Amino acid sequence: MQSPILTIDQLLRILRESAGESDAVPGGDVLDTEFADLGYDSLALLEATGRIGREYGLRLDDDVVVAAVTPRQLLAVVNETADR
Amino acid sequence: MSRRVVVTGLGVLAPGGIGVKAFWELLCEGRTATRRITFFDASPFRSQVAAEIDFDPEAAGLGPQEVRRMDRAAQLAVVATRQAVADSGIEPAGLDPARTGVSLGSAVGATMSLDQEYRVVSDGGRDWLVDHRYAVPHLYGHFVPSSFAAEVAWQVGAEGPAAVISTGCTSGLDAVGHGAELIGEGSADVVIAGATDAPISPITVACFDAVKATTPRNDDPEHASRPFDASRNGFVLGEGAAVFVLEELQHARARGARVYAEIAGYATRSNAFHMTGLRPDGVEMAEAIRVALDRARLDPRDVDYVNAHGSGTKQNDRHETAAFKRSLGEHARRVPISSIKSMVGHSLGAIGSIELAASMLAMTHHVVPPTANLHEPDPECDLDYVPLVARPHHTDTVLSVGSGFGGFQSAVVLARPDRDAA
Amino acid sequence: MNRVVVTGLGVVAPNGLGAAAYWDNTLAGRGGIGPVRRFDATGYPATLAGEVPGFAAEEHLPGRLLPQTDHMTRLALVAADWALADAGLAADAGTDLSIGVVTASSSGGFEFGQRELQNLWAKGGEHVSAYQSFAWFYAVNTGQISIRHGLRGPSGVVVSDQAGGLDAVGQARRQIRQGARAVVSGGVDGSLCPWGWAAQLSTGRLSTATDPARAYLPFDEAADGHVYGEGGAILVLEDAAAARRRGARSYGEVAGYGAAFDPRPGSGRPPALRRAVEAALADAGATPGEVDVVFADGAAVPELDDAEAAALAAVFGPYGVPVTAPKTMTGRLSSGAGGLDLAAALLSMRDAVVPPTTNVVPAPRHALDLVGSPRALPVRTALVLARGAGGFNSAVLLRAG
Repeated sequence: MQSPILTIDQLLRILRESAGESDAVPGGDVLDTEFADLGYDSLALLEATGRIGREYGLRLDDDVVVAAVTPRQLLAVVNETADR
Repeated sequence: MSRRVVVTGLGVLAPGGIGVKAFWELLCEGRTATRRITFFDASPFRSQVAAEIDFDPEAAGLGPQEVRRMDRAAQLAVVATRQAVADSGIEPAGLDPARTGVSLGSAVGATMSLDQEYRVVSDGGRDWLVDHRYAVPHLYGHFVPSSFAAEVAWQVGAEGPAAVISTGCTSGLDAVGHGAELIGEGSADVVIAGATDAPISPITVACFDAVKATTPRNDDPEHASRPFDASRNGFVLGEGAAVFVLEELQHARARGARVYAEIAGYATRSNAFHMTGLRPDGVEMAEAIRVALDRARLDPRDVDYVNAHGSGTKQNDRHETAAFKRSLGEHARRVPISSIKSMVGHSLGAIGSIELAASMLAMTHHVVPPTANLHEPDPECDLDYVPLVARPHHTDTVLSVGSGFGGFQSAVVLARPDRDAA
Repeated sequence: MNRVVVTGLGVVAPNGLGAAAYWDNTLAGRGGIGPVRRFDATGYPATLAGEVPGFAAEEHLPGRLLPQTDHMTRLALVAADWALADAGLAADAGTDLSIGVVTASSSGGFEFGQRELQNLWAKGGEHVSAYQSFAWFYAVNTGQISIRHGLRGPSGVVVSDQAGGLDAVGQARRQIRQGARAVVSGGVDGSLCPWGWAAQLSTGRLSTATDPARAYLPFDEAADGHVYGEGGAILVLEDAAAARRRGARSYGEVAGYGAAFDPRPGSGRPPALRRAVEAALADAGATPGEVDVVFADGAAVPELDDAEAAALAAVFGPYGVPVTAPKTMTGRLSSGAGGLDLAAALLSMRDAVVPPTTNVVPAPRHALDLVGSPRALPVRTALVLARGAGGFNSAVLLRAG
């Protein structure tokens, strides 16, 4: 596997820009916190994944994106798509 | 004693045909009017299918100035208004202007014109500081969709209360409900009520792509709208208008008018949950149904047919199934329920009125239109959704429901005005 | 029929953020009209607007709401927060299905819409935001307010240009009479972006003056168009008995409402404003003599000023009632105007003072008792008027109590 094109910090920045500040306490380990607990709903994720797709020139599979409920899972989806 | 409100004229412009006859034939034959988008090159978009009307405004009777002045949605509304008034047998000159109102629904107004005009004034999106000198002279009429209500009022010389009702995808039910309230409370004797939308434009297609609400089933456009089917994956954008002549019952009887139905009950609630999402339990839609039936003084068991919202999104069809079970109880499993969006697509604010027109025609002909493309029902949508084939069915009372972005949940009950005498 | 009272106000006006600041400035005759700041308007024929001062959305709203909302929706959300807090009303599991939201809109979240149209045409469809699916549309404020406060009752959205703010209140009252306990109503509007400006300019009714004190002069010989503004007011309407039971303060009763549409242009028939006024009076069971003050529409287009003055003279007689137009300090707020004028009228009742119409020397031909400086006056009954482009006329009669 190549080095990931999207890191957790980049993902959190995109989420902040496209869906606003997280409701969760910043600084904690958020990789395995569900998006819903971070205050990001399905609409926020649609907006964020749309932006990821544009910024990184990726076509993300809708169903796979929906299945990702934590940042770690979404990062895996994005980076695996980029590897292909 | 509250004044009762009946429908005495209807006009419909829906995909698949202009006018009531073509509309009803399409529904009864279970044909679909969905196709690849022809209005613009849709190939860059995720969803490339829509239910378009083959509409020539001048052939439909509009003058060149009317065509230039009005957005397509306003044109559809005006032509539907003329159909409805002619159908009702009312002579506009014989109406009391002050006692005649307008209540027109539209979710997205003149989006199509605003999209096209923006491209011009911004020079293809190059200039944020747009050049207003390139704008059409009637741009304000596109900017504020209340111009649509004005156009309709001018058709009949209405000078009573007039407004556009814009509650997203329930606009077509809420506008008729509002029109009936105006008559019921005594603010008018006749109201031209209905709804219109013409959203098949790049900006609309793009934003529904972004929320993934529309179907990406581009390889099979005729079968792309699949309410309640296990394979459904989004709605098909549509366009159209349906307009009704609403009349106070005695006013209609005094002139010997034919009556399609009484607007017997109406209610709306909000889910206060999410701008695009639905709570799975359907509580608010069930409450709207309960209150609408209560206002009609009818029991769930009296409902002969349910015209569903049935948009064909994963979430809507389950939400709605839950709402029917919650509000109608055991009767939900017996009553035929169908979604004409399977055939004419989802015309946003217009569809509620188009569905009311279908419901009135079901009462007229005692035929329930089918849900097309329903081959393999979603196990979670386990009610009688009338798959594929229209069904002869004695229909005196219809419940029509809608659900929309913003959280709106509305229900209208249609019945025969002489039901008490029976 | 059950009475409907106003128990809460939330004001976001060009001459004051919050009801207290708005009212102080309004009574002092301090206006909020100035050069457009939300975009560079210097190249356009009209360059003045009424902009809400000192509004930082992030100070009032959670970060999650900002990317998905137009500026005018943020203003509306804050006004609704303040109105509900002022009313001391919150939804709970027992009442949420009976508290609704009915707001007016004219052009939706138009600045948001322009940004997405720009993305679409400059960069392509995949650059259009998911939020565009609702941030532009007319129902957005009602939807967002209902979600923020958990209000699940009967809701609606009325679009009738500048008449809409009063029509929304008429519709809200209707819902309460049909059984709702309370409805959050009124309207907040604003399309101060180049694309909205182009639409405004197409009417030929925007003032091209550059002096804020000479730009918007309804009923003046020099009337030559209006200044457009953003903002408005959200009002909490409540069933009077329910409000009394919980010990809520009432600003006043929405006692009468009337709406009428102008004849088709060229028909030669009389304009409909007078009928709207008479309908509101009849609805309230009031006589013209009971009305202490009229808050005028004040179009500042000569023929429209003539029509309004003629309607007032027909109902009240020449110089028959004090008339004011504090919107000379804010500009015309489209669907935000009706709510803001209702708020001003209710505050007039509370403080027994009528706010002034600034900068205007009324033309004698209008035969108006135009209130040019704050007038101490017990206000028990006030009439508020609004008209929308195309022919919409609405009137609301407020009564103390």
